[in-house]
Amino acid sequence: MRYLFTISVAALALTFNCQAAEVPPGTKLHATQHIVIGNGAEPATLDPGRVQGRPESNLTVELFEGLVSQDANGKVIGGVAEKWESKEGGKVWLFTLRKNAKWSDGSPVTAGDFEYGFKRMVDPKFASDYSWYLGKASNVINGTAIVEGKKPPSELGVKALNDTTLQFTLEKPVAYLVSTLIHGSLMPIPRKVVEKFGDKWTDPANIVGNGPFKLSERVVNERIVMVRNPHYWNNAKTVIEQLTVLPINNQSAEYQRYRANAIDVTADGGVPSEQVAQIRKEVPNELTLWPQLGTYYYTFNVKVKPFDDVRVRRALSLAINRDVITQQILSTGETSAYSMTPGIADGYKAIRHDWEAQTQAQRDLEAKKLLADAGYGPGKPLKFPLLYNTNEQHKKIALAVASMWKRVGPVEVELVNQEWKTFLDTRNRGDYAVTRGAWIADYNEASTMIDLFHSKHGSNDGKYNNPAYDEVIDKAKITLDPAERMKLYQDAERILAQDFPAAFMYHYSNRRMIKPWVKGYGKNPQGRIQARDLYIIAH
Amino acid sequence: MLRFILRRIFLEAIPTLLVLVTVTFFLIRLAPGGPFSSEMNVPPEVKAAIEAKYRMDQSLSMQYLSYLADLAQGDLGPSFKYKDFTVNELVNKAVPMSFKLGIVAFIIALIFGVGAGVAAALKQNSWIDYSVMGVAMVGVVLPNFVLAPMLALVFAVWLKVLPAGGWEGGQFTFMILPVAVLCKHYISVIARITRGSMIEVLGSPFIRTARAKGLPMHYILRRHALKPALLPVVSYLGPAFVGIITGSVVVETFFGIPGIGQLFINGALNRDYSMVLGLTILIGTLMITFNAIVDILYGFIDPRIRIK
Repeated sequence: MRYLFTISVAALALTFNCQAAEVPPGTKLHATQHIVIGNGAEPATLDPGRVQGRPESNLTVELFEGLVSQDANGKVIGGVAEKWESKEGGKVWLFTLRKNAKWSDGSPVTAGDFEYGFKRMVDPKFASDYSWYLGKASNVINGTAIVEGKKPPSELGVKALNDTTLQFTLEKPVAYLVSTLIHGSLMPIPRKVVEKFGDKWTDPANIVGNGPFKLSERVVNERIVMVRNPHYWNNAKTVIEQLTVLPINNQSAEYQRYRANAIDVTADGGVPSEQVAQIRKEVPNELTLWPQLGTYYYTFNVKVKPFDDVRVRRALSLAINRDVITQQILSTGETSAYSMTPGIADGYKAIRHDWEAQTQAQRDLEAKKLLADAGYGPGKPLKFPLLYNTNEQHKKIALAVASMWKRVGPVEVELVNQEWKTFLDTRNRGDYAVTRGAWIADYNEASTMIDLFHSKHGSNDGKYNNPAYDEVIDKAKITLDPAERMKLYQDAERILAQDFPAAFMYHYSNRRMIKPWVKGYGKNPQGRIQARDLYIIAH
Repeated sequence: MLRFILRRIFLEAIPTLLVLVTVTFFLIRLAPGGPFSSEMNVPPEVKAAIEAKYRMDQSLSMQYLSYLADLAQGDLGPSFKYKDFTVNELVNKAVPMSFKLGIVAFIIALIFGVGAGVAAALKQNSWIDYSVMGVAMVGVVLPNFVLAPMLALVFAVWLKVLPAGGWEGGQFTFMILPVAVLCKHYISVIARITRGSMIEVLGSPFIRTARAKGLPMHYILRRHALKPALLPVVSYLGPAFVGIITGSVVVETFFGIPGIGQLFINGALNRDYSMVLGLTILIGTLMITFNAIVDILYGFIDPRIRIK
């Protein structure tokens, strides 16, 4: 079994797609290959180790390249690593780096650059938002202990055996380790440059990267301009000459510039909801929608009455007519959600709960009965506040859900909206009854979603705690056989569908406006579009 | 004059700024949520390291004192949000953009505002007066967040003659729409103030005397009427100038101009304490400075209140 596993991984590593634009023969390319892409927000930093979310990782994947990468459709492919193998039943992993991988100053990218970058990131003193990632998601040995200050960063289970071999030692065997390594924070770091310039190393004049593009200009709140990196090992296959990223956080402003042909691809989610009808009428082919690995839900605070009663949680979850939300309120490619993990997660097959197969009328009937059983009826209404962050879309959904709840019993919902940071503070304090929540995958594997309800997960806001659930999740993590692991994830979903710590409402979609002359993008479920895959046809 | 300036600086400007810094410092920390509230709950050790980096592990009074000590040396501290920059760096880069945009808009507003106001006053109750005042009323009422997308739609999307946004170092074509939106409000207000005070001045006895002497109207206007009529305009110009050069949040956000307005709004939303404080101090200082300049200008226009 162990032998077989090694072989299969090595075989997978040989079937690489190209990390580059695949231009079909006969395509007439546009004379200038300059592309402008929206970013949704100004990135907090260009330092991969300090990545906070999408606005940053969108850029780090252009300026740097990790051990592994994703093809246009999100499939994991080699990056700086050209092959990898696991030993000791998935506990030790060896990555072999390409000899021709170079930094933008021409020096070779070595395994030591990765070791340095990873150890820098887990050091609690470095204070990275993703310091927990290598320990918790990738299960690298001592990752968590280092972040907790119990061990020095030098004890992290990542070691450069020589310039081209990087060894990972894990706490427990993790079959999907390679999937976790696509994260935008896990990049090699040019130690010499960091030590020379300190915090200023990301300035356009100083920065050295190993990605397909290098930084040429950065104007905070206006634009980030990158040009092709001639030292990138696969530079010959890159078509785009210049990539401009615009940090526009106002969607209608971004769309206006898109219409004026000043933007080729809007930011992820960059489709102003109030203009969708008009877009569908005028440029339906440019509205580009595909499923995203993410889920929108309402979390019940299981620590407070009446949400400590599973009947109440179940009733409120059943009474939500998901199809109304996805088809009438949103209508931009979202799908109704009855589970946490979207069916599109790599190697995962969603299960269908028994109540999912029922009609909404049947669900409402059961919800009515459950609420009555829980003691709510005429004279004793179920009253609670519903917390969400201020946003038109969230408000529409909250209003719709409140009216759906009203149909199944005397449910009186008070809508409470708060500005984003205030909302986070309230939610983190647990000062709510029911709150809006959402989770977007960090990597393409079910664990990134379903882990959220583990009692030890940092973002388990509802403080749901079921030892049986934790046990299934813990077991899944160390299960190497993909089919076996998927069954465990399905079991975990079944437990969630009994306990209802949250009412899952819809799975997100990736939404962008893309000009017809932009080609080469795929349907990456994480929404990532990388300029090295793109090309512009004559227009 | 020197005494006036010294008194302004030491008895008025510095105490005012100190109050401003103090109030802002504590007020922004009272706002719920902090710069490091995030969807991901970071481990406590990491949180402690972040807080230590930004001195948030110290007591509030210690933080306040160390902030004042840095401020005395002109150091506004690191940005809490934009990890690659200090507040000084960000503000230094943003100020020239907002100033350039603001000064151009200000000059245009001044010329057109005063011109329209005087014209309306001279032809009181004529079609000129009604149309100037009508347009000015629309200008005051029409919000920027409506006008900006409207202009972009017409000139960038339909006619394709101007860019819909961006700055490109302040190139001429990129400035036209933002300047138009930004000066609209100020033209309207200046025109209304000028008209009102000009009508009042034109009705006063000394103008009647001048007319009785047979002086030509353009001479009366230049020589006697304009100066007193502009007094209320000048007192409005001080704060207006500061308002216009320190960036409009709507104009900068919509047109993607990397100026102070965008820094301010993002600073507040991200709870970037040092950024909000730094910009408050900047705007406070400018406000005090330009109010003082207005006071001096007043003396030149009106000898009765000349500073002795």
